[in-house]
Order: sequence, then structure tokens, then C-alpha cells
Amino acid sequence: MADYNAMEIMICSAARELEDGSTVGVGTGSPCAAAMLAQKTGSPNLTIMFEAGGIAPQLPEMPISVGDSRTTWRAIMAGGMCEIMETACRGMLDYTFLGGAQIDMYGNLNSTRVGDDHQKPKVRFPGSGGANDFGSFAWRMMVMTLQDAKRFVERVSYITTPGWLEGGDSRAKSGLPLNAGPYKIITNMAVMDFEPESKRMRIISINHGYSEKDVLDNCGFELLKAPRISETSPPTDEELRILRDEVDPFKIVIGR
Amino acid sequence: MRRREARMEVLEQGIGRLFTDPDADKAREFFRKKSRRMENKFMTLKDAIAKYVHDGDYLAIGGFGATRSPIAACHEIVRQGRKKLGFCGHAVTHDFQILAAGKCFNRLDVGYIVGLEARGLSMVARKHMESGEVEVTEWTNYCLSARIKAAAMGVSFVPIRNIMGTDTFKYSGAKKIKCPFTGQYYVLMPALYPDVSVIHVHEADIYGNSRIRGITISDLDLARASKHLIITTERIVSTETFRNEPTYTSIPFYLADAVCEVPFGSYPGNMPYEYFSDEEHLGEWLQTEKDAGAFEKFLEKNIYSCETHFDYIRKNGGIERMFKLRAKELRVDNNAE
Repeated sequence: MADYNAMEIMICSAARELEDGSTVGVGTGSPCAAAMLAQKTGSPNLTIMFEAGGIAPQLPEMPISVGDSRTTWRAIMAGGMCEIMETACRGMLDYTFLGGAQIDMYGNLNSTRVGDDHQKPKVRFPGSGGANDFGSFAWRMMVMTLQDAKRFVERVSYITTPGWLEGGDSRAKSGLPLNAGPYKIITNMAVMDFEPESKRMRIISINHGYSEKDVLDNCGFELLKAPRISETSPPTDEELRILRDEVDPFKIVIGR
Repeated sequence: MRRREARMEVLEQGIGRLFTDPDADKAREFFRKKSRRMENKFMTLKDAIAKYVHDGDYLAIGGFGATRSPIAACHEIVRQGRKKLGFCGHAVTHDFQILAAGKCFNRLDVGYIVGLEARGLSMVARKHMESGEVEVTEWTNYCLSARIKAAAMGVSFVPIRNIMGTDTFKYSGAKKIKCPFTGQYYVLMPALYPDVSVIHVHEADIYGNSRIRGITISDLDLARASKHLIITTERIVSTETFRNEPTYTSIPFYLADAVCEVPFGSYPGNMPYEYFSDEEHLGEWLQTEKDAGAFEKFLEKNIYSCETHFDYIRKNGGIERMFKLRAKELRVDNNAE
């Protein structure tokens, strides 16, 4: 079996979710690597969009910023933020990848602050950026992150970006666009989705080398389990070769 | 005939303060008096900042953090010691880091702040935000784009569909309503009319006619929403440039108040089709910040002791460095060393 690291299996798992002919709104780092890998494997007709305005670039390398000029390298259009977010709000953005300092059982994300005083936070993070926007509008929101109990908390202390909010039909009732929301959570240990009724996070597959106990122990809340839990398909030799040689030759992301 | 009054009821609202007045008629009164003349607005950046950016003003800047951002103007604002600004934190990164280092603002609309994306977080910016000295109202990047768009449209709000159900809404200045046509919920984004904005462009003439290449982020709306607009440009071109190809005009003259020629004005950021970002130097900013004494010297060297942006560039590799960054931008740098 091929030898691979945590970042590599996460990126390969994420890339397989991006079906051919769909659209994805990405940030820098691993989401971008997943989108590039998808284009070079099963989804050559995947359209990549960046919040600052880049549409359908042929990315020559990993961008440093979602607004840098690599995001429009041989692109179809250099638009603006309203162009991208209005497209997403109209319902034409299929996927997005987001992250945060904390994620909870309903997939809500905190990337704003730690501490209760909003005007004088203990730790200040960047805030939403375009995350709440993509997370509100994209049909399927995914998260790629290393898993530990500090990050996977029962309730995030601040909801920057909506997951399924309080679970059940709370997101639909909030007024956010219907039938859009968190889809898959891809970690170094497992892949999770959300139980359709309660909208609680549940394990659907476990990565080779980890046990169910590892996954549960490294989560700050009770994870549900799918009726059948499988082993996550490991990266193929071909996926690893493309990822290492063509997508991220300088190991900017996969070297982390 | 008795008409049933259709009233849009505010169902919920954020607790964040609005730092600018969304009133469209007041804005119209301002714009009524603004000059529409195609007159010479060419001046130095020093004069433009002195004339149009005042203590206490609400400032917005164009670009996307370290892409096509008016970095030279940010340095000048710090150098002139502007304080108590309101600031639009719409997708700001290195620009925010500079203004935070100068402690220029004390109230802030937040879209994205303190980070430099994949480069990491700015210690100085973060400390400034954790000090309690800056009043914060929370939004998202698109919320701020929509607020700027509303102002550009000359209306006092636009309805959008994000942030509902989140703390981002709770700490915003937005209001939630029910659509009188469909019964669906919307959040209303109050128009944001900045007192002054600075936008860096590729080409401008002395009247302020401007062309932007590459992504526009929110700058087309921002130019229209702002009461005063300072254009910094890589190059001054003739007015014929615009008259020959009006299709490519991004900003018409009557929006601009000042035009400043600042080659490499986004350095050390990225200017699409001109030069890539200087990642080594941006790394130096992030590294030096960790030591307060060293950072003070760093600011003295790179901002306070500089007369113009040319001085800053000379101290960081000069024209040779700029051409290396141009080669990197055009991806012809593999054999350039």
C-alpha cells in the first residue's frame, strides 16, 4: 500500500467529492489542492471560483491569497466579490470548503474570537471573511481539518459561519437558503456526514490506521455512527503522484 | 378607498453600531455639491492624504489585502499620524497590518481582519484588536460588498440571505425582515458611504479616469459609494486612452478627487499583470512584529523615515527587486536569476 500522510489522505478524499461539471468556491491551502487534484483526476470540468473574483482559472501553482493573480491565471473571468457571492446565492455554487478554530456537532464554525467580551476578546481571529457567505449559499459545505477534542467542541463559543445551527429544521427556519448546509467533515482520522433528521455529525468511514475509539476520543462531543461504517478509501498511487508532482511540488500544503 | 398599510416589520437586529449614516437623501445632498468637472486632480500622495483624509473620518481602501491595495497610501496615512479613523475591514490583510501598526483607527467594520491568509496572523494587528481600544461591528466580506453596493446604487439598504442564525448577525448592525412578496426572511445591509476611499489602479489620467485590470473585488462600487476618492495609479496615461476604448474604463473622472502617480504603489503586495507580492518582505513584517523594539525600528526605517514610496522601495531592493517581482508575476522567473 502507498505511504501517505494525514494531509494527503484528506486532500484525496476531498477531491473525490467534487464531481465533474460542478462548481466549487475555495480558499488557499488544502481546499485549493483538493480542487486542483480533482481537475487532474476525475473532474476535469470542475469550475473553481475564488471569493475575490477569480473564475475558472487554470491554476499554475498554489495561490497565497484568494485574491492574488494566480487565481486568474488563464481564467475565464476576472470578476468581483458580488459576482461570486451573487452566483452562489442564486444557487450555482455546488461546493465549498471552510475551516475554523472550532467546529461543533452541527457543523457550525467559529473563526472570530475566544472569550466572551466581543469588544475586548481574549483571542481575536480574522472573522468571517467570505466563510459565512459561502457557508450560507453553497449547496454543500465541507470542512477539512485535523481532528482533536479542542477543535471539535459540543457548542462553538461563537457561530461565525452557519452549520445546521441548532440541528433539526433550525437552519431552514432561520431564513438561510433552503436545502444547503454542511455535507462532509474530512479529518485525518475519519469522514463524517450529518444524520438527516437531527443534523448531528456522524461517522461514515474511518481512515486506515485509526480505530473507532480514536475518532471518538478525539472529539469533544458524542459522535453518531452511520448504520454501516466503512474504511475510507486510501489515496491511489496515481492520486499521490499527481498531488505530489503537479499540484503541490513544493509541499506547501502536504508538507504540513 | 382604504389602503391596507404594508409594513415591513423588523424581526431581529444586530447589536453592532453603524459607524456611517446610510441615509440616501443626505448622501444625495453631498453628491449634489461634488464637482463634476473634468479638471486636473493630479497631486502628490502626500497632498492628497493631507487634503482628503482627516482624523475621525471613515476610510475604506480598495483591493484585496495584499492584491492591488494602495499600500503607499496606507504608509502615508500612518506617516501623517492620522488617528481615530473609522475603517472598513473588507478583506484587509497587509493594509490592515500597516494601519493597525500606526493605531490609526478606533472603530471598525469587520469582514476579514488580522490575518494575512496563508501567510499567517499579524501579532500587532491582533494585539490592537484585543486591546479594547477598537470598537467593532461584525459583518462578512460579502455583507460589506453589499453595503458598498447599496451606497453605489444610491439606496439606504439591500436585502441579502447570509448571516441569519449566527453570532455574525448578532454582532452586526443588520436587521432581519420578512419579504412582503414571498414571506422569506432577509437581512438588510445598510448602505456604507465612506467619507474617503483610496483605490490603486493600473492606469489613470489627470482627471481620474481609471482602468483596473484583473479582479475588481468591490472597487467599482466602492469608487461610486465614496464621498471622496483618491486614485493612486501605476501609470499616468493620456485621456485619449479612455476616449479610444471607453469599454475598458472602470472609474469615470467625476468620482475622483485626487490622482497620484505611484509606481509600484501596491508593493510589497501583488499588482495583477505588473508585479507579484514580495513574500520575503511580507515575511519580514510578520517576523519583526514579534519583537516590539525591533518592530519600532522597522517602522522607522520603512515608513517614518521615508519621504515617498520610492524611498521604501530603495530600502528593499530597489528597481532590481521590482523587476524580479515582475518576472515572478509573469511566470518567466525560472531562468531569470
